[in-house]
Amino acid sequence: MNLFLQQIINGLTLGSIYGLVALGLTLVYGILHIPNFAHGALYMVGAFMSYFLMVDVGVHYWIAMAGSALIVAALAIICERLVFHPLRHSPPIHDKIAAIGILLFLEALVQMFWGADFRRMSSPFTGILNFDGLIIPEQRLLIIVGALTLVALLQVFLRKTMTGATILALAQNREGAFLVGIDANRVAMMTFGISGALAAIAATLYAPINLVYPAMGHLVIMKAFVIIILGGMGSVPGAIAGGMIIGFAEAFGGFYISTAYKDIIAFGLLVVILSVRPQGLFAKGAH
Amino acid sequence: MMLKIATLLMKPGAKMALLALALVFPWLAANEYQVYVMATAFVWAIAVYGLNIITGYCGQLNLAHGGFFAIGAYTLGLLTADYGWSFWPAFVGAMVMTAVLGLLVGVVSLRLKEHYFAIFTLCVGFIIYLLLDKWEELTHGPIGVRDIAAPYGFGLVDFTETVPFYYLVLAFLVLAIGFMGRLSRSLLGRTFIAIRNGDELAQSLGINLMRNKVLAFVLSTTYAGLAGALYAGMVRFIGPEEANINHTFDMITYLLVGGIGTLFGPLLGSIGIVWITQSLQFLEAYRMIIFGPLLVLLVIFFPRGIVGSFLTWLHRKTLVPAQKRKAAKATSAKEAENNA
Repeated sequence: MNLFLQQIINGLTLGSIYGLVALGLTLVYGILHIPNFAHGALYMVGAFMSYFLMVDVGVHYWIAMAGSALIVAALAIICERLVFHPLRHSPPIHDKIAAIGILLFLEALVQMFWGADFRRMSSPFTGILNFDGLIIPEQRLLIIVGALTLVALLQVFLRKTMTGATILALAQNREGAFLVGIDANRVAMMTFGISGALAAIAATLYAPINLVYPAMGHLVIMKAFVIIILGGMGSVPGAIAGGMIIGFAEAFGGFYISTAYKDIIAFGLLVVILSVRPQGLFAKGAH
Repeated sequence: MMLKIATLLMKPGAKMALLALALVFPWLAANEYQVYVMATAFVWAIAVYGLNIITGYCGQLNLAHGGFFAIGAYTLGLLTADYGWSFWPAFVGAMVMTAVLGLLVGVVSLRLKEHYFAIFTLCVGFIIYLLLDKWEELTHGPIGVRDIAAPYGFGLVDFTETVPFYYLVLAFLVLAIGFMGRLSRSLLGRTFIAIRNGDELAQSLGINLMRNKVLAFVLSTTYAGLAGALYAGMVRFIGPEEANINHTFDMITYLLVGGIGTLFGPLLGSIGIVWITQSLQFLEAYRMIIFGPLLVLLVIFFPRGIVGSFLTWLHRKTLVPAQKRKAAKATSAKEAENNA
């Protein structure tokens, strides 16, 4: 029973991280209809920024997280301004190729400064909580609680504030949003900024129980894509639900089926689901 | 002057000259290594031609192309090293394998449009990589495949030598380009372009989207398999890294620099970038610091690449003045009529 509960904790941890990354991706997709392949690179840069701030500058974990979120948000906004904004009228294939270009650039840049080595990031939360045999490392608890809080805050921002509502409005109906005077440029920059910050926070939360290296974003971003396809591209609740589905599938699949193939589970799931329902699990109608 | 050179390049003789240049290249090269590099560039060019069919002509961004290249290489490698096949049957086997797998993946993935297709193929490419890495009973896992057979020369030539192998690759490249040329001028090629320009419009013209897209996809994966098999026969040692997504990204760069959707873009892009990378050896690990922004700048400012931009320029220089002259003639004739 405890082993089973342990897998639930693992599933929740993975699902929280995947959900945060997928949220940023789905927000950007909702506004600009760009599958941002560079999002995984932003996640990776976020982890390296936190690592740099903690190890080389010597600040506290929380401050490093905030600093990294700000830096990556700025980086994402720069990408939007310099790359995706000029390409807004181009055929969709160009956005994707440009996003790949950004991804390659950021990875090579980080590798130039820090090398391709695997690094371990420390965190002040190294304790282990023991609930009657059920073992929960503090960092995992922090990930789950942190992610839930962030998602709740984001929901409040999107639903209850005027600024947040402009993002949803633009995603729902572009022309309608223009008619009521919403500035698309501002919303696009804000969305990219939020998505970058979410990626950096997710990376900083997850890095202490994982490793930091230039290719760390590859798997995460691909899973995030699987998630937003499952949840319907552009849908915020879909991203969270999809994140949990993949997180649990991996935790249980890795435990009960095979550890070696646990990374394939998400993609296998995608292949099966898209073969049966090309429009995704929760999407309404055809795309 | 520029224009004269340009029109000269468009003549059929230019292709012959290019072929002649490729034929004498082993004598022009300073050493055997340069011939080897050129053969590598040709192998990549063949794979990029495949990518050009599905992505350039048909407009579907396929991110599993490197994966199919690796499948071609692995099929040849495993059949010759583990199952005792000789090179040529295994070579055909590699192409059949990539074609069949291409058909299977295509039938599922091409039901999806645009972004969904790109993301799906990204995942397929990654599944291929994971399988090559983890399925140790079949693929030897991370150790890779050694002792791959070299092409059998029927007692006439020895393809383990660099120069004969160069000519072998060149022959396949010429075949690949020749087939591409026929394809791009055929009804089928135009059908692909119609799908790229708008699949709803293409459908309303009576084009069967699914059948044509799958055909384009199978053709492209077969090209990738051919290139992969040649690659395995050349380096004779392969590992799961052949399926690394970066190979797909490299090929997209070659295609984009040369000119996406053009006949000679893949060739120009592959040869050009392979040589630039060679001469900047010290940059090998960091070449993406240059290529990444290059990709971005290309899609923003020169989305048609070198060949595409050249053709546009030539078109403007030759066709537009000719039309103007025609228009001027027509008006002067009209004036003469009015005066009479």
